[in-house]
Amino acid sequence: MQTLLIPEIGHFALIIALLMALVQGVMPLAGAATRRPLWMAYARPMATGQFLFLAIAYLCLTASYLLDDFSVANVANNSNSLLPWYYKASAVWGNHEGSVLLWSLILAGWTFAVSHFSRELPRDMLARVLGVMGLVSVGFLAFVLITSNPFTRLLPNLPDDGADLNPLLQDFGLIVHPPMLYMGYVGFSVVFAFAIAALLGGRLDAAWTRWARPWTNIAWAFLTVGIALGSWWAYYELGWGGWWFWDPVENASLLPWLAGTALIHSLAVTEKRGSFKSWTVLLAIMTFSLSLLGTFLVRSGVLTSVHAFANDPSRGLFILALLGITVGLSLVLFALRAPRVSHQVGFNWLSRDALLLINNILLVIITVTVLLGTVYPLLLDALNLGKISVGPPYFNALFVPLTVLLCLFMGLGPLSRWKRMDGRDLFKRSWLSGLVALLIGMAAPLAYGGEWNLKVTLGLVVALWIVLPMARDLWAKTRHSAGRLAGVKRLSLAYWGMVLGHLGVAVTIIGVTVVSNYVIERNVRMGVGDSVQVAGYTFTMTELASRRGPNYLADTALIEVRRGDSRREFVMEPEKRLYLARGMPMTQVALSPGLFRDLYVAMGEELEGDSWAMRLQYKPFVRWLWLGALLMAAGGIMAVADKRYRRTVTVRGPEGAPTARAREATA
Amino acid sequence: MTRRLLLLLPLVGFLVLGIFLYLGLSINRFERDSALMAREFPTFELATLEDPERVVDESLLEGEVTLVNVWGEWCPTCKQEMPQLLDLAERGVRLVGVDYKDTRDKGRDFLGTYGNPFEVNIFDPEGTLGFDLGVYGAPETFLVDRDGIIRYHHTGYIRPVDVRETILPEVEKWR
Repeated sequence: MQTLLIPEIGHFALIIALLMALVQGVMPLAGAATRRPLWMAYARPMATGQFLFLAIAYLCLTASYLLDDFSVANVANNSNSLLPWYYKASAVWGNHEGSVLLWSLILAGWTFAVSHFSRELPRDMLARVLGVMGLVSVGFLAFVLITSNPFTRLLPNLPDDGADLNPLLQDFGLIVHPPMLYMGYVGFSVVFAFAIAALLGGRLDAAWTRWARPWTNIAWAFLTVGIALGSWWAYYELGWGGWWFWDPVENASLLPWLAGTALIHSLAVTEKRGSFKSWTVLLAIMTFSLSLLGTFLVRSGVLTSVHAFANDPSRGLFILALLGITVGLSLVLFALRAPRVSHQVGFNWLSRDALLLINNILLVIITVTVLLGTVYPLLLDALNLGKISVGPPYFNALFVPLTVLLCLFMGLGPLSRWKRMDGRDLFKRSWLSGLVALLIGMAAPLAYGGEWNLKVTLGLVVALWIVLPMARDLWAKTRHSAGRLAGVKRLSLAYWGMVLGHLGVAVTIIGVTVVSNYVIERNVRMGVGDSVQVAGYTFTMTELASRRGPNYLADTALIEVRRGDSRREFVMEPEKRLYLARGMPMTQVALSPGLFRDLYVAMGEELEGDSWAMRLQYKPFVRWLWLGALLMAAGGIMAVADKRYRRTVTVRGPEGAPTARAREATA
Repeated sequence: MTRRLLLLLPLVGFLVLGIFLYLGLSINRFERDSALMAREFPTFELATLEDPERVVDESLLEGEVTLVNVWGEWCPTCKQEMPQLLDLAERGVRLVGVDYKDTRDKGRDFLGTYGNPFEVNIFDPEGTLGFDLGVYGAPETFLVDRDGIIRYHHTGYIRPVDVRETILPEVEKWR
């Protein structure tokens, strides 16, 4: 159905949003520089207005999808009248134009949230923060309007029906994965804006870190969930049963996550101890820069990947310019304004400060390693040294040992004290945990797999080494005269957040270790009546059927599964679908999920004589991967709920240093 | 002073990365086109849509500049594209169709309803030729020169402006 005005209203709203972003970017920054309260006062209403108008634009595009307005090129290329309504709504971000619009909407959403929840910020700080976010938004809205307008019409020759959404994207995973990921990516713009505001204002004390911490944690939690969802989606939707491919676009999301992980730790040091000041600012810039780099890699198509949408070189150039201006200017500002005098607070080499420094160094090394692996093919290509692709062996060879090293220090982190601590004390608190971890790690592969396996031992030891010392510490900390419950209550939510986050890392490591070493995979030919045994389960094909879905035809196999001699059996139904509009075949995997094992059945090619190539897999502990990520995210959110972030801190005066109360709250 | 210079390091690192990204942007664009352009049309041996007894292979495309259009009855955009293809045929361009992942009856009905600009149609029910061509979805169009080398690749629907602005100039260029 062709609607008369909806796309035009959306387009118009987008233009108004750009103008508001421009005002929001210019006036408050100029006001803060020249100390004019009236100019600074533009920040908040403009942030609200920009969010409102982008929401209108976004709703208009969604309406065009839901109403099947194929006169809009974006809808015609990515939707189809047969598509179920929820995929029509999510198809909005299943393409380049719509996803950049979503990116901008989320940025405006974060800006609006900052303007709403940061009323206690000094006026000039808030003006600068919102100003910086406004400028970032100007860049992206200009990008949408100039190179990627989602409201372009196909007139006068409009198609009867749309080309359909890429079948890979017709899935629950697509509905949730990109918005989560963008919430994370874009959320790092807040800490970036705070860091830039602190540089601009020349106030590089601990105060900005205290304000920025909750925002950073939330963004990080979203990114964690987004990456986990992406991995889960790849696992069941791409039909390969893998959960991480070191694909450039996966790496693009991992890079800001790694830098962000370093950042949330270094923010803690700066807030609590007042040290690492320049470093934290640099990490904040780096984290958001890597988010932008990720956007560039995905959107420009310089690296080939399953995620690359149809690309237009002018778009790549535009984003690169955007990236160059944003990051370049920030780093120039950093070089000029980072604290001149280093008055680092001293700490001993055996202290929480030192351990967190090591954490940061290792995380940055890991980030750089992944970054190099991702762009290396590009470097060689640019230097005319040939075309290569860097595969999983490179990443595994570097990422795994560095992570193991990181985890060794991670086990000690929660036990350690700020500034300095006694080595004997640290040893006393951790030796037993270490020994137990080592013993279990050695014994578990023998008990589980029947033979010793170095990789499994290493993975388990590392995971237990993260959990056990922390558990012992928790036990000691909750000792209280009024009973254990009172002791539990005494601990802050921030502490519990840390515990959950670290536990999540351990859970993920266990998942990675077990599933990588004990996966059983069989590729077999199966016809009706054939039985195959995998890992103690009997798979029997009972029927082959064809059926018709809303926009596809499917060959379905019914597979009866029985465990050992058990009487109970269940049916799995893998499918091979042919999506009609694009003529694209898709494998729909059948999964039987469980906390300790997944069964995974995928249909391959049709063979002669009514049989199919089938891929059967037994994947132990694979759910732990994502469960761990959820725990990490929950930890990040829980730390934000800590009451000290809710305590009102009054800071007066446009140039005023944080008052005594603010300092007290940060102590 | 040394410290100030140290603070410049991140900027320098980023600039180097930026230069490579810029180079990557320009190089890959060129490579992508040429990789497709230089390729020989894949070998195949398939029956025609019109006559199940007649089997054709890649030699069908030699001797004259030909536009190979991948279509299917199930593809709504292909219907939109037919007027442009008929226009091209009228202007004397040789067109060969690939009826992709379709049934014979439906394919014939389609040509009956929307017109037939093709000299002949290769019937590709299993999508084997489409797979070798790296077809992502219909419609896609390949320009093949008289030696059977792919010279131009058009992904998606050929719009009326594309006929004048890209397809005809490309055909002329390789004639």
